[in-house]
Amino acid sequence: MIELRNITKRFGALTVLNALNLRFDAGSITAVLGPNGSGKTTLMKTILGLVRPDKGEVLFAGENVVGTSEYRKSVGYMPQTARFQDNLTAREIIAMMRDLRDNPAYSREQELCECFGLTPHLSKPLRTLSGGTRQKVNAVLTFMFSPAVLLLDEPTAGLDPITAAAFKDLVLQERAEGRTILLTSHILSEVQELADTVVFLLDGNIHFEGGTAELLASTGEATLERAIAHLLQKSPYSKEQTL
Amino acid sequence: MNTIVKLARYGIIAAARSRWILGYTAFFFLATEGLMRFGGDSGRTVVSLLNIVLLLIPLVSIVIGTMTVYNNRDFTELLLSQPIQRGSLFAGQFLGLALPLAAAFLLGVGLPLLARVSVGGEADIGLVLMLLGSGTALTLIFTAFALLIANVVEDRAFGLGAALLLWLMTAALYDGIMLAVIWAFRDYPLEIPVLAMSIANPIDLARILVMLKFDVAALMGYTGAVFEKFFGTVLGISLAASALVFWLCLPFWAGKIVFDKKDF
Repeated sequence: MIELRNITKRFGALTVLNALNLRFDAGSITAVLGPNGSGKTTLMKTILGLVRPDKGEVLFAGENVVGTSEYRKSVGYMPQTARFQDNLTAREIIAMMRDLRDNPAYSREQELCECFGLTPHLSKPLRTLSGGTRQKVNAVLTFMFSPAVLLLDEPTAGLDPITAAAFKDLVLQERAEGRTILLTSHILSEVQELADTVVFLLDGNIHFEGGTAELLASTGEATLERAIAHLLQKSPYSKEQTL
Repeated sequence: MNTIVKLARYGIIAAARSRWILGYTAFFFLATEGLMRFGGDSGRTVVSLLNIVLLLIPLVSIVIGTMTVYNNRDFTELLLSQPIQRGSLFAGQFLGLALPLAAAFLLGVGLPLLARVSVGGEADIGLVLMLLGSGTALTLIFTAFALLIANVVEDRAFGLGAALLLWLMTAALYDGIMLAVIWAFRDYPLEIPVLAMSIANPIDLARILVMLKFDVAALMGYTGAVFEKFFGTVLGISLAASALVFWLCLPFWAGKIVFDKKDF
């Protein structure tokens, strides 16, 4: 569904993505892991067009989409932080996103608002909502058009355990329906629970790409957390930085 | 509905609920009403208001514009992840910011002034319209500069500093520089260079356009006569209007280019 070919991105002297070649298939969840500053968010933003690659192509259903916008009709993006126009209400933000997509006939915001317990907060200005509740609004916006591709950047970071569990169930349901899902997370138990494939990034390079079982087998570790620590110890990555 | 209009609409809804915008409208309304009640005829009120307009509109437009862009940066990223083009988002954000600011000024100043004119006050309708037009033009121009600065400068503190510096340059220091130039070259005929320097600053341009409508050009001596002669002609008015449009297009166009190429 999505293919990255030779994607390179530099910020000044720093190479954030170094000639990456990756493929993300439909009906699978790929977790992009790596320490802070390893290029995970930049990778997602490159797929979205928020970051323009210096080199390479982003192929969406076989077509290079760098510099275009139409393909984003099929993409749902959930960023790490949930910030909106503070003076608008959650209902207005949802209406705005529908408007921007020309009010598609199919939209499931009502079902999602009920799933995340958001219905009582819909009429309140977003500035009065807690960070977790705003993140629930983000989740509704991400899933409401049932896009073919979901990009989830540390999605459960601000969610309470009950909502996080509901969120994970939703992600698994989306995978079963054939969506292409990319996930970044520092919660490795969550990655182990959800991901089919793991891509481990370090300084813009891929240090591991394969199934979670394959990662555990290749490192000889019992958990994903220890397997990642194993990869980090073997890499030239400086010890003072943390995962 | 066009994407730009949709984006602008939500920007306007959000701005209409902003305490800043409401306070800005109330300030203009109270200042205009107060000046008219205590200052006598609306001609004098317009001159007093002109000074407030020339100082306050650029300052408020550039500060609110810059801060709003910085505050909405994460929201801008979310909007960019939607199927919309960057150019549309930039234009929508500009209108969503500039139109509420212009509306606040037009309501706060325009309503009381036009109400007096309509009940047969002494004020010249042309003068009032020129003040409202100049204020609106300055709002659009300095909001465009705000968007340019906030998209070029990543750091919020530096961005706000740059915005204030630009305001200080155009609202205060520029006139000082102009006076220094006039004094230094006082032995030479300076009408044309001064005319050119006035056009090169949108605030000066707005001031001259209103002052000349006020028929006090005679008090400005020979230069005033030259100004009146120039800006009184079709060519002069067209050139002044073109200069204001240029001052709007330049930062808008530059800001759009930066926004188009920027990494978020």
